[in-house]
Amino acid sequence: MSPAFPLPATSPVDCPPVLRERGQREVFCGLTGIVWLHRKVQDAFFLVVGSRTCAHLLQSAAGVMIFAEPRFGTAIIEERDLAGLADANEELDRVVDRLLVRRPDIKMLFLVGSCPSEVIKLDLSRAAQRLSAKHTPNVRILSYSGSGIETTFTEGEDACLAALVPELAAEPVGAAPALMIVGALPDIVEDQFLRLFAELGIGPVHCLPARKANAMPPVGPNTRFLLAQPFLGATALALEERGATRIESIFPFGAEGTTAWVHAAAQAFGIDEMHFRRVIAPGRERAKRAIEHCREKLEGKRIFFLPDSQLEVPLARFLSNELGMIPVEVGTPYLHRAHLAGELALLPPGTLVSEGQDVDRQLDRVRAERPDLTVCGLGLANPLEAEGLTTKWAIELVFSPIHGFDQAGDLAELFARPLRRRDVLRV
Amino acid sequence: MQLTVWTYEGPPHVGAMRVATAMEGVHYVLHAPQGDTYADLLFTMIERRAKRPPVTYTTFQARDLGKDTAELFQTAAREAFERYRPQAMIVGASCTAELIQDDPSGLMQAMQLPIPVIPLELPSYSRKESWGASETFYQIVRTLADRDVRPAPREGRRPRANLLGPTALGFRHRDDVIEITRLLDTMGIDVHCVAPLGASPADIATLGAADFTISLYPETADTAARWLEKTFGQPVVRTVPIGHGATREFIAEVAAAAGVDPAAALDTSHLPWWSRSVDSTYLTAKRVFIFGDATHAIAAARVARDELGFAVVGLGCYNREFARDLRAAAAEHGVEPLITDDYLEVESAIAELQPELVLGTQMERHIAKRLGIPCAVISSPVHVQDFPARYSPQMGFEGANVLFDTWVHPLVMGLEEHLLTMFRDDFEFADNAGASHLGHGKVAGQTPAAVEPAAEQILVEAEAPATGWTPEAERELRKIPFFVRGKARRNTEAYAADHGLPTIGLDTLYDAKAHYAR
Repeated sequence: MSPAFPLPATSPVDCPPVLRERGQREVFCGLTGIVWLHRKVQDAFFLVVGSRTCAHLLQSAAGVMIFAEPRFGTAIIEERDLAGLADANEELDRVVDRLLVRRPDIKMLFLVGSCPSEVIKLDLSRAAQRLSAKHTPNVRILSYSGSGIETTFTEGEDACLAALVPELAAEPVGAAPALMIVGALPDIVEDQFLRLFAELGIGPVHCLPARKANAMPPVGPNTRFLLAQPFLGATALALEERGATRIESIFPFGAEGTTAWVHAAAQAFGIDEMHFRRVIAPGRERAKRAIEHCREKLEGKRIFFLPDSQLEVPLARFLSNELGMIPVEVGTPYLHRAHLAGELALLPPGTLVSEGQDVDRQLDRVRAERPDLTVCGLGLANPLEAEGLTTKWAIELVFSPIHGFDQAGDLAELFARPLRRRDVLRV
Repeated sequence: MQLTVWTYEGPPHVGAMRVATAMEGVHYVLHAPQGDTYADLLFTMIERRAKRPPVTYTTFQARDLGKDTAELFQTAAREAFERYRPQAMIVGASCTAELIQDDPSGLMQAMQLPIPVIPLELPSYSRKESWGASETFYQIVRTLADRDVRPAPREGRRPRANLLGPTALGFRHRDDVIEITRLLDTMGIDVHCVAPLGASPADIATLGAADFTISLYPETADTAARWLEKTFGQPVVRTVPIGHGATREFIAEVAAAAGVDPAAALDTSHLPWWSRSVDSTYLTAKRVFIFGDATHAIAAARVARDELGFAVVGLGCYNREFARDLRAAAAEHGVEPLITDDYLEVESAIAELQPELVLGTQMERHIAKRLGIPCAVISSPVHVQDFPARYSPQMGFEGANVLFDTWVHPLVMGLEEHLLTMFRDDFEFADNAGASHLGHGKVAGQTPAAVEPAAEQILVEAEAPATGWTPEAERELRKIPFFVRGKARRNTEAYAADHGLPTIGLDTLYDAKAHYAR
């Protein structure tokens, strides 16, 4: 909790100054990723090995979703498990056996590490191997950590996908170049992108994660991958280790972001420039028209992002470049400078980018700046509203479809709605 | 290890947060990893509080573990003290910090802050939320109550009571306090201090000035109330005033403790007349299943049986600390007590008993929805809709009014559904007409039946009679309204088994009906 100190830009590109802070962080842990990942991979189960706190967190974060017979649960560590680690392993085997009997439809089981399991050094990767051997070939068992001490919110997805990568099949020798879209997207968005790439003539196109455990894509030196999300540092590294190449791009938010993202793939696959323009023109036009509705509300408004999901930098870029908003501070829990180089270069000069958090000091800055819109977590939103500051709760940006041309209008609307509401209320 | 999807209670440090958030001038420093701040949103979203909970988390990360998490704790505590200037602090560890074994208590002592600092020992791997709240409140009272304070002489003043137990995130605590305070006022009794809700450490110091204690929510208040009884000799009123009869008993007990005449307060709720009116006749012996925290479940069972004329067929609670009380109540109602924190056990008990009404928590609401049984919420855990804007106590006479309306409401709905099912073949009542309380507009080109065909299908499949039923009897069974169909099936099968009948025909069905007729 040292006092905040500004650092000079370290990125080779012309990057704004980055404020790095340590202190109390008001963020979710990586376990929260389970809430959307389990919807994506339809035959996977996520078993958290943790405490009552972990179970309570998932319950609070998943809201009513918990009643739809979800494919996640918590093996709660009890006092007697702490007495001896051998017991904990036996107990875990028992819990997994019972679970798999109850849910025979499960094809992939993730053992998800938590703070307690990491601190007592319960070796989940060994447990996963042991259990895999026992339940093969019906169920594959993998492990990753979603603990708060190691991961922040969306980094849970990164850890999960990175654990999947070594399990992916090798692409056949002499395989044609394939495109891999990396990052869990809502099905509807994924389908839109697949149609777009098919029209462009890019193929085969795979998605990581796939919707089924046994349909995960192959990987190898002829794989080019495009990150759909900015928080996939470890996954990108793991894919590169398997010979795949990352296609450098900004992220597909808004008309410009999506154009640039698809363009990067088109270039990597040698697609004719005229053809590219023809194919994307309708979507791009639709996106521009759709976001235009919100311009009046958003243009010239000052926006402050508190750190949450690592989506903050690309979203600030979209809001400033395409809707004329003015980012005051863009907080991110972690700044992957290489993956975000293009995004950072597009932020307006003078934007303060902050990495990490000391929440009380950051709130002091919010109060001093009095932005028109503050993007923050649910623990802060109502208290800030009560102080007269308009907020947009950030978690919705992770759960809602916001990528691509046809979601650009919805994305802008998410930010315009709180301001619209502020103006209509007469109470 | 225990496999769980749903937990009725959070970890004990959430209980401590409920006490700290309820109070004024108290700050909680919680040694906890990054991510544990999720608990803030329970208060800001579910209870819709306009302020952040007064909690500073150390939010340590993996890279801190190799270094000095103890120093991190001290820095966080010092900065919290300087920023918030609380009158008192409570400090403790969450489940992960409990494992790394920094000693919050010792660390705070070494810092020598000029305010009382109360260390909490909350064993996360064996205890839960309401225990955490109770222990925290007890430690606060024990540390901060001034042992020299005694009530002023009684001459020329009204008797004074402490109202103990209400917390942040408590089910209807806000309105219960208002209702009980009003009730006491009509009896000529002042409330000296409500705690923890709204109390400051300075208020806690004066607890000894009250003539007696009212333990509103034993789950939080009982430990502290017993200590006050022992230390200050304050009598404790333990009747929980939920329901018409319990409120009258509560008034009598309070009057005795305060030495006042109860007559002025023996007002009445609308419940007795509403319940006696002929419209309520069909409530008689409705089979009701009750589950929640022990206090609310026990109170609800009494109201259900004595004041609404229901038959209590199941009674349970999730908090083991009060299992003894619940067992006694279950024995009184002649049912098996169900003490569990595993919602699957609750679900199978409900499925087995086939009640006509479920009174429970948010979780039972969803179980009941799945099973197609009417349900009302009587206890935490609850969702945002059970922190209503309107005045809605559970306690006192107005609370009894609220209980009557809340519990009967889903049954009226149930009756309506029943009529719709009975007359489903009449064109006005065809399935796609929908229930009247679900709105009248139809989606163009899409009937409600087309939108939700699955529910009925599932119901029918789930209720497909076991072998032994003749097709004729099976068809007849389907004609019985869905909410008594399960009972009819069970009764018939039991009757067939008792009489050694290998097949169940039409006669068996009606013989059984006659046999079990009440």
